[in-house]
Amino acid sequence: MKNTTGFNIASIREDFPILRSKVNGKQLVYFDNAATTQTPKVVIDAIVSYYSTLNANIHRGVHSLSQKATEAYEGARKKIQKHLNAKNSSEIIFTSGSTHSINLVANGFIDLLKSGDEIIVSYLEHHSNIVPWQMLCEKTDAIMKVIPMNQDGELIFSEYEKLLSNKTRVVFVNHVSNALGTINPVKEIISKAHEFGAAVLIDGAQALPHFEVDVKDLDVDFYVGSAHKFYGPTGVGILYGKEKWLNKLPPYQGGGEMIDEVTFEKTTYAKLPNKFEAGTPNISGVIASGIAIDYINNIGLKTILKYENALLKYATEKLLEIDGIKIYGNTDNKTSVISFNLGNIHHYDIGSIIDNEGIAVRTGHHCAQPIMDYYKIPGTIRLSLSFYNTKEEIDSLISAIILAKKMLS
Amino acid sequence: MTIDQIQNEIISEFDMFNDWTEKYEYIIDLGKSLPVINDAFKTSDNTIKGCQSKVWLYAEYINNKLIFTADSDAIITKGIVAILIRVFSNQSPKDIVDAKTDFIEKIGLKQHLSQTRANGLSSMIKQIKLYAVGYLNK
Ligand SMILES: Cc1ncc(COP(=O)(O)O)c(C=O)c1O
Repeated sequence: MKNTTGFNIASIREDFPILRSKVNGKQLVYFDNAATTQTPKVVIDAIVSYYSTLNANIHRGVHSLSQKATEAYEGARKKIQKHLNAKNSSEIIFTSGSTHSINLVANGFIDLLKSGDEIIVSYLEHHSNIVPWQMLCEKTDAIMKVIPMNQDGELIFSEYEKLLSNKTRVVFVNHVSNALGTINPVKEIISKAHEFGAAVLIDGAQALPHFEVDVKDLDVDFYVGSAHKFYGPTGVGILYGKEKWLNKLPPYQGGGEMIDEVTFEKTTYAKLPNKFEAGTPNISGVIASGIAIDYINNIGLKTILKYENALLKYATEKLLEIDGIKIYGNTDNKTSVISFNLGNIHHYDIGSIIDNEGIAVRTGHHCAQPIMDYYKIPGTIRLSLSFYNTKEEIDSLISAIILAKKMLS
Repeated sequence: MTIDQIQNEIISEFDMFNDWTEKYEYIIDLGKSLPVINDAFKTSDNTIKGCQSKVWLYAEYINNKLIFTADSDAIITKGIVAILIRVFSNQSPKDIVDAKTDFIEKIGLKQHLSQTRANGLSSMIKQIKLYAVGYLNK
């Protein structure tokens, strides 16, 4: 592929050992990046290096190794803080993933909501940003309202404005839809909610891999993400929370690390961020997540976005040349995700055929069943592109889809 | 034919294929000829869980034998169900319960089936066997 965007794709691909592997005897073509991104060697090395040279429990020992491990762990927190432009590093909580982060916040609101309070979700959410809040509603008798979507896969802002009232307590919307790639107008959503004094949680799982996020500029109350979706390891999540909100929420889990003083009569809790990090965290994973942030910043998110947008345009045009392709989510403002179906062929049949050609895509409802219900389809084939993908890989996908079409019709 | 004989017949049919496309084309053709379940039986009770595509399976007990009909909204799944029906339909509950199922590996399907699909396949076999267990003592 011609290098038009200021980075060398061949050397980028060298950074990812897994991209050299074969699947079903074919060269792997990995297009399931919205599910999880592949891991660059520097991140893998960071995990190996941690266990080879640094392994010790943090915040506990006076011994040198423990102090070094603590510095590396807290160093990662500072990197994330800087990356998100948060005011204090104590506003960054490490969790096990976006799901954990959302549950932590939703659970905290049990104490803050009462019967008849309202919370607002969007039609475009991943199940992990729906179910924890439904559980909250069951426990508090709060009422959940839903921002509707349109045919292009966009939220209808005017309808959102109608849902807001002085009963609204929390609004939770994703920054980018995992199923369609739609980038939601979160800054406007947040400022509207704030007019009514409601808190806003933005699920940034699908945003962090693709573009810069500035929590101060967004004025967001909570922002969550998963390291394994931005080239880090699995099992590490991020929760950004404004200090005033994190102080309001009760701890989620009790245990070591999160305490100030413990007696059998009463325990007082540690300050932020430790209040929300009970027990031994995923130390190696957190350190490696910091390395992942360094890695993408080295390439530059602006460069990444430009390259991915060019790939998105190419893939969209090529796909639409195939008769019968229908793309779901046609907004101009989207990340490099294409959700589609081919004629009346079941998404699963296409997925099975192209898997035999070594191509990894996601098929199904993508944990976003409401969107599928909206379009009245059982699921889609989802192509999600990363900066290590190439036009040649898209050409392989197109050939595989044409083969599938021939075999299945 | 006994279940074993049918399984061996299927194994030798699949042995003739040179690559996965031929195998899949055959499965797709089988899918098109599947004895389709009566729409009235496409109920949630007759739905098999654990498949990414929808699968319905219905059993009738006639002359001491179990007769299976099925359907799926995905054609490859339908083809795989058709193979299972060819093996297990029109057999006695006892023979179905006792039957081995390693022919699936022998026809090289498992390696081409994704984990989720393979699970769906196991769910289908499990459901067929469960039906048979239900009729064992009748
Ligand atoms: C938008 C969105 N939110 C939340 C999640 C859940 O992330 P995790 O499984 O890492 O907790 C995902 C993962 O697919 C996602 O795409």
